[in-house]
Amino acid sequence: MNRAVDALRKRWKRPVPGETGQLIRELRTALTKDRVKYDAAQRTLLSHDASIYAGGDAGPVCYPTSTNEVASIMQIAERHGRSVVPRGAGTGLTGGAVPMDEPVVIALNKMNRILEIDAENRIAWVEAGVVNLDLTKELRPLGLHFAPDPSSQQVCTIGGNVANNAGGPHCLAYGVTGAHVLAIEVVLPGGDVVTLGGLEPEPPGYDLRGAFVGSEGTLGIATRVAVALTPNPPETKTLLLAFAEPANAAATVSSIIASGIVPAALEVMDQRITVAVENFVNAGYPTDAGAILLTEVDGLQPNVDVDVEQIIHLGNKHGSTSIRVAEDETERKALWKGRKAALGAIAQIMPDYYLHDTVVPRSKLATVLEQIYDIAERHELLVMNFFHAGDGNLHPVLAFDAREPGVMERVHAAGAEIVQVSIEAGGVLSGEHGIGVEKQKFMKLLFTDDDLDHQNRLRISFDPSCRANPGKVMPIGHSCADIASLRAIPKGVWG
Amino acid sequence: MIRHTDIDVQIQEFAAAIGDREPIAIEGNRTRWSLGGDLQPDVRTLTAPSGIAEYTPAEMTVQVGCGTLVSELHDELAKAGQRTALPERGGTVGGAVVVGQNHMCLLGRGRLRDSVLNVRYVSAEGQIVSCGGPTVKNVSGFDLPRLMVGSLGTLGNLADVILRTNPIPTHSRWLVSDDVDPFAIQKTIYRPSSILWDGTFTWVLLEGSEQAVNEEHDKLSAIAAFEPSTEMPVLPEHRWSVHPNDLRFPGQFGESFVASIGVGTVWGANAQPKRNIEPGVERVASRLKNNFDPTGRLNPGRVPGRI
Repeated sequence: MNRAVDALRKRWKRPVPGETGQLIRELRTALTKDRVKYDAAQRTLLSHDASIYAGGDAGPVCYPTSTNEVASIMQIAERHGRSVVPRGAGTGLTGGAVPMDEPVVIALNKMNRILEIDAENRIAWVEAGVVNLDLTKELRPLGLHFAPDPSSQQVCTIGGNVANNAGGPHCLAYGVTGAHVLAIEVVLPGGDVVTLGGLEPEPPGYDLRGAFVGSEGTLGIATRVAVALTPNPPETKTLLLAFAEPANAAATVSSIIASGIVPAALEVMDQRITVAVENFVNAGYPTDAGAILLTEVDGLQPNVDVDVEQIIHLGNKHGSTSIRVAEDETERKALWKGRKAALGAIAQIMPDYYLHDTVVPRSKLATVLEQIYDIAERHELLVMNFFHAGDGNLHPVLAFDAREPGVMERVHAAGAEIVQVSIEAGGVLSGEHGIGVEKQKFMKLLFTDDDLDHQNRLRISFDPSCRANPGKVMPIGHSCADIASLRAIPKGVWG
Repeated sequence: MIRHTDIDVQIQEFAAAIGDREPIAIEGNRTRWSLGGDLQPDVRTLTAPSGIAEYTPAEMTVQVGCGTLVSELHDELAKAGQRTALPERGGTVGGAVVVGQNHMCLLGRGRLRDSVLNVRYVSAEGQIVSCGGPTVKNVSGFDLPRLMVGSLGTLGNLADVILRTNPIPTHSRWLVSDDVDPFAIQKTIYRPSSILWDGTFTWVLLEGSEQAVNEEHDKLSAIAAFEPSTEMPVLPEHRWSVHPNDLRFPGQFGESFVASIGVGTVWGANAQPKRNIEPGVERVASRLKNNFDPTGRLNPGRVPGRI
């Protein structure tokens, strides 16, 4: 389980014993004593995130309450040659927040204020530690919401959403986090505070805002974010379509998109996960179906009515065994509760699970699903599938019992094969979870050495000394540090 | 599905022509040729690969050579009832991407920067580099396509792109009124595709099913007299990009202007004063340029953000 982290650790110099005491004293002077922690409990707690990657090694844990404090932490860490790892709610699934070799961990949970809501212009400034759902709750009376809605939205933070370019069921129609971020206040690794992007439609210069979103904490630390607010749709309809086979559900998804409809959500769940969820929360799902398709259309009522009619037609055309349109908000919420509770339901079946995340072209969904079932069977693992079908974003769940000898090797091997078949189908490594430490080794499946070299050039433009969340995203051999030492930047060429 | 298999061959030839030394600039249709400063004299120019490489409507994506005219692309997509966020102003796909200006109907089309899924470009060293991915959703590695939008070709020579497409609504209707508060429109109706205001007249674009367009038209008629419009405003010469709230103070834009309400784009008689970029941001941008173009050979003379 810890192989990836251990391999990366070898590349980073461990802190010299005795130095940490002085580092902590300076951090406590910059913040307060109670907001810089170095006890075993804190360091253990923050040594992992929601991924299967354990074995992290946290240094001092700081809880800043302002941008100035984050800048001070960065400067102190730099003086001590120590790397920094930002952290939101720790809900990341690829090990992006797993600290290595005692970096200074900057937990942004106390920077959780909604600073300004400009309902007229549909813009809000929030601190990075604001919880995603808290913002939407605050906006509800204004008829607005923050569109990205990852499954962890009850606890995940806006800063974390920015770091991972988070998605969610409704990003099919509304777009992922990057489409809703207008500007970001960032503390760069050297301590400079900059604002990337702007509230105007076409900010001047390079789109550094866009480059920063999804960079997993490797370009600096977001402290404040200006987000675009989306008006709540006047009408929403949720449909539940049942099919004998997942392939029928996948074909229906392709037909819906080809017909010119862009639903707010298109979610597929296979029979195994449907049964687990139904036993868990009684969402009203048909447990005899081979797969179910949860579809939501929203907008103006006449448009919604047309779309619902068309989706029912396409569902029937592809052999739907039953179609239900939620009649009221209670029924609609129950249907969504099932989808959102899917991961929790798995705990009834197995104590551990590994949630994967790849994307394939919609037209390849059915084929790749078949391959995933085969892969799991060969590795004697239980796999369940629920996924954002509208954008081809697969989430196979490998459920297992970690106490079983040798099971982790099989889980990792199966995971690697799932990535391989997704790439071979013309897909990508990740749709919304990011790379972290989980998928570094797979980056070369998708990118050439030249491609990766250019990604590194971006990385070192923000962080020339490679101290922001090092050892993440880029594969070994293409690490920020490896490249930085080889390339001298000519002076006076430009700007 | 449309597939022109020669795009890879074209890109190889494009890379060979670019080589790895001497200044180079890529020429589109020169509709925004002066943006970002004048090209240094005697710089060799090339055109980018062209043609639609692959288009599958059910994937809502299209792969297209950057030398293709946006109008040609849109003509092809329209056959399948789709379009993109790129503005259609006589220019090429690559030109639209590196200029980075949004469509006049941004509210309905979405931002251009969000529609670019994958970019292949030829680097300053002559390498063919690919970034992004072919799917509508992707967080695999650093997001270089965002950097290429609005870069004026100063980070790489764009060869082809994969763009997200969107369905063309079945009905669309422009309405005009000379008796309405333009800032009240977004409070009255749900997600209009465009609101333009010239200080006297307000134009509103409604898109959707026929019944939805009719109902939104009725809602607008309840607050002011609106008529269907066949004539669109003439856009003054200079493009501004401002905070949407600044549109309430239009005197700065000159004697004539057309403002995109809810967005912040303005076409004004006056030129927009130079917008400052923070020193810290400039430092990152400078390192970025130097890392991507160590010898300064890409589109020399042009600087994004310079008017």
